[in-house]
Amino acid sequence: MEHVTSSPWVGLAYLVAGVLFIMALRGLSSPGTSRAGNRYGMIGMTIAVATTLVTHSIASLPEIAVAIAIGGGIGFVIARRIQMTAMPQLVAAFHSLVGLAAVLVGLAAYANPGAFGILHQVPVENLLEAVIGNGGAPVGFVNEIEPQSRIEMGLGIAIGAITFSGSIIAFLKLAGKMSGAAILLPGRHVLNLGTLIAILGLVAWFTQDESAWVIATITVLSFAIGFLLIIPIGGADMPVVVSMLNSYSGWAAAAMGFTLHNTAMIVTGALVGSSGAILSYIMCKAMNRSFLSVIAGGFGAEATASGGAAKEQRPWKRGSAEDAAFLMKEAENVIIIPGYGMAVSQAQHVLREMADVLKANGVNVKYAIHPVAGRMPGHMNVLLAEANVPYDEVFELEDIQGDFAQADVAFVIGANDVVNPAAKTDKSSPIYGMPVFDVDKAKTIFFVKRSMGGVGYSGVDNDVFYMDQTMMLLADAKKMVEEIVKALQH
Amino acid sequence: MDFISILSIFVLACFVGYYVVWSVTPALHTPLMAVTNAISSVIIVGALVASAAAGSPLAKFLGLGAVVLASVNIFGGFAVTQRMLAMYKKKEKK
Repeated sequence: MEHVTSSPWVGLAYLVAGVLFIMALRGLSSPGTSRAGNRYGMIGMTIAVATTLVTHSIASLPEIAVAIAIGGGIGFVIARRIQMTAMPQLVAAFHSLVGLAAVLVGLAAYANPGAFGILHQVPVENLLEAVIGNGGAPVGFVNEIEPQSRIEMGLGIAIGAITFSGSIIAFLKLAGKMSGAAILLPGRHVLNLGTLIAILGLVAWFTQDESAWVIATITVLSFAIGFLLIIPIGGADMPVVVSMLNSYSGWAAAAMGFTLHNTAMIVTGALVGSSGAILSYIMCKAMNRSFLSVIAGGFGAEATASGGAAKEQRPWKRGSAEDAAFLMKEAENVIIIPGYGMAVSQAQHVLREMADVLKANGVNVKYAIHPVAGRMPGHMNVLLAEANVPYDEVFELEDIQGDFAQADVAFVIGANDVVNPAAKTDKSSPIYGMPVFDVDKAKTIFFVKRSMGGVGYSGVDNDVFYMDQTMMLLADAKKMVEEIVKALQH
Repeated sequence: MDFISILSIFVLACFVGYYVVWSVTPALHTPLMAVTNAISSVIIVGALVASAAAGSPLAKFLGLGAVVLASVNIFGGFAVTQRMLAMYKKKEKK
């Protein structure tokens, strides 16, 4: 309606907000520029909110101010208090809020389409006159939501609802409030596909019939499919899931932007949508798995069931904290490979202490991070940054792979599948083709692990355990590293 | 705005997003998720329209709910991103 596009300045302001959001992401190309980028993002958001408030006749400013204060206060306190190891579940929880907000906005647009300027008038013909041949002259008009807006609204609500319920499951799994294992329902593929088709069918039907039951059913079914889609996906596939939900939250915002004809929302939605999609792609590639196979779920469950039976006992060597301290002190190059286990035992701070002592002894220490280490993209990098590890000591897979041949010690802490040579050699292995660190090229390997019993997420045995140059350090990661630090200081 | 111009903006923005995100260093992928999460809460614009407009108490109620949720995200998302980014430090030069 008229107030939506009242002045060219409004459109311009939303465009500026969109550009600032692009600059926010651009800033993340290096840690040095990232802080400025984040500020651009905040300015962009302020412009978008202020523009909306200024250009709409606000009848209820106090209520809105209270709503922003409540939400903002909660968000701010959570952001200040959250532990860095809890970041994956926090991000999942935030995604769920975007999804739910999209659903609410969509339903609000349905309840009050006039406010969003998406009504159009439909002529009502007088049936009696039409029958007696008096021409189809309209006798009146009714207001209906434009059919095109109904598609956008329906899709926006559906994507938002899927984002919400999917993120809730991801949150529960990541926070350990629900089993991280893959939960497999019988006939789930048929069920999921059926629900998905039903949702799309209802969105199409919505263009013909704008009754409340249609939009309500779309909402309920979409909530259901979000749960169904994420429940069968196991813990270590979470990087893909979190990225995917990140992407969905963007598409939901974009769909709402289409409904509202708002450039800032469309630009942002497209940015966030592609960002999440790229992250999902990077994660899948780093596991050499197709996106579809991750979404189909059940990876961990099947592998453990088949692999557990025929395991032979092979000899392995147990090392001690003193062995590790002695050999690393004498070493020239040490490469540390952290994994999810480091996050679980919160070993990052003491690990950095260990590296400090080694560096003081003239040892060259580097960290090697696999793209899927941890539970979300970049998880390990944040934890190391929290422990004050300089980011120029932290290397990505392709940048450090060549260094293992010169490494005296490879120190694996809480990682497993990402160093498994079966990914390179064993075609029957479920992780075959996944890029892994060449730790076997290092002169000595220390493998910090809680016990010999557990295997990595994939459920595959790891040949590195049994290699001549490997010493197993069986203990909680944090305790083991603390002992090594003590031994180093003697 | 007609549908085609909106679609053009959307498609071009997807391309911009594609190239910008590939240039993000993998070390900052977690802050990337946190900040994209914060900016996708620009959906608050729609929530504000709904809660400001007269005519439907239901729409207003839904809109205010969405304003609360989006505000959690905006403030929480930007604050947590800032906190993370502040931790990334270079090696001190000796």
